[in-house]
Amino acid sequence: MPNPGTSKDGKIFRHRLSTRLWHWINAVTVFVMLMSGLTISNAHPRLYWGHYGANFDKAWLTLPHFPGWATIPTGYNLALARQWHFAFAWVLAFGLLFYMVRSLWNGHFRRDIALSAREVAPAHLIADVKQHLRLDFETPGGGYNPLQKIAYSAVLFVLLPGLILTGLTLSPGMNAVLPWLLDVFGGRQSARSIHFLCAGGMAAFIVIHLLLVLAAGPINEVRSMITGWFRVKGGRA
Amino acid sequence: MILTRRNMLVTAGAGLVAGCDRLGQSPTFQKVLGLGEAGNFAIQRSLQQRAALAPEFDRTQISPIFRANGTHLPAGEGYARHIAEKFVNWRVQVDGLVARPLALSPAQLRQMPKRTQITRHDCVEGWSAIGEWTGTPLKLLLDAAGLKPQARYLVFHCADRMGNGEMYYESIDLIDALHPQTILAWALNGKELGVGNGAPVRLRVERQLGYKQAKYVERIEAVADLATIRGGKGGYWEDGHGYQWYAGI
Repeated sequence: MPNPGTSKDGKIFRHRLSTRLWHWINAVTVFVMLMSGLTISNAHPRLYWGHYGANFDKAWLTLPHFPGWATIPTGYNLALARQWHFAFAWVLAFGLLFYMVRSLWNGHFRRDIALSAREVAPAHLIADVKQHLRLDFETPGGGYNPLQKIAYSAVLFVLLPGLILTGLTLSPGMNAVLPWLLDVFGGRQSARSIHFLCAGGMAAFIVIHLLLVLAAGPINEVRSMITGWFRVKGGRA
Repeated sequence: MILTRRNMLVTAGAGLVAGCDRLGQSPTFQKVLGLGEAGNFAIQRSLQQRAALAPEFDRTQISPIFRANGTHLPAGEGYARHIAEKFVNWRVQVDGLVARPLALSPAQLRQMPKRTQITRHDCVEGWSAIGEWTGTPLKLLLDAAGLKPQARYLVFHCADRMGNGEMYYESIDLIDALHPQTILAWALNGKELGVGNGAPVRLRVERQLGYKQAKYVERIEAVADLATIRGGKGGYWEDGHGYQWYAGI
């Protein structure tokens, strides 16, 4: 197994096996979670802040009814949607845990995800936005660009942990085990609202992620996530 | 058909969704999904102290209106007569695997030591309501009746008939049955329990979802095994609609 950053024939080795494996497991898991989540949303599409919230209470948002093609299962079946959601929740949570431990261990976070002070300097970020607008996403070393790192960090350290922790907070059984989670999120209905907001964030990330894969060259991008090898424009690496 | 990228995506998407539906209907795959449910039950029970309490709230946090759900008024002359009689002839039987079967009226329940708790009721659909429940700890009834050693579950037989003609029922294990917050509630927010919320007596089992909180309780049966009761899955929603018996999540 080559080391990340190794280059050969105009390609660099970009993604380790653990990253690639986790990516594809998540590609399935996140879709199952979002789509079974939409069935659960259809059961009670109103969102509230605080500890309680039901039909007589003020909702801050009422979601539309999600159509069958967007939900798992396609027909309304809350019991089955819950079975999907809670089975794949294990994959999501433990997948994230293993990936996090592995990425701390092998330096993936430090080397590829962590932003340097230089990268987050406003001038650098503005330059990166301009580069994105030209549909040019490459960095000199073949690593992730700053906006990409910010997006991945948001998913890894905010959205996914947020989904898992707010999800646990929704469980009355877990409330008896970890009551402090209710205090962290401001009550079960607040946790539910934050759960939905994080899910919306994940959906937005997926849309942008897929569009940028298309814009950046889908064959090279998808291959790099399967084999690990990423072709660098003009063999700059 | 011209295979544009969009068509391909739509076709692939539709195929995936249909595939998920087929998977969801396969008994084998349902067993795989069921592993998640079994895992949740096992891990929650191993993390929970037996007597770990559900959060309790103060009076300022009570929902202005406590939403009644499921049956709002049990059908039939029998229940109508009980309303007219103010439930004086209602009895909660405790039988099955007990040494001394009981039949208690609501008035007798009220004479026993009581517990008041302000707790959150979470419906499986996602909403929550907070209310102040007063009732008789279930443990006191079980102690009085004397559970036999073979008893492992309690089945709550209710007086409300559901849409498909089946009577509502639910069940819990002894860990929840003996939990300090598990009460047979006969008052909500300081008032006699209303018909919509399960008059005269309903179960509160605070570490689980709303459908476990059986209303209109007429009979509590101690059993060794749920498989021989009704559909065998331990409750109306479990038997007929595939809902999880352990509703701690």
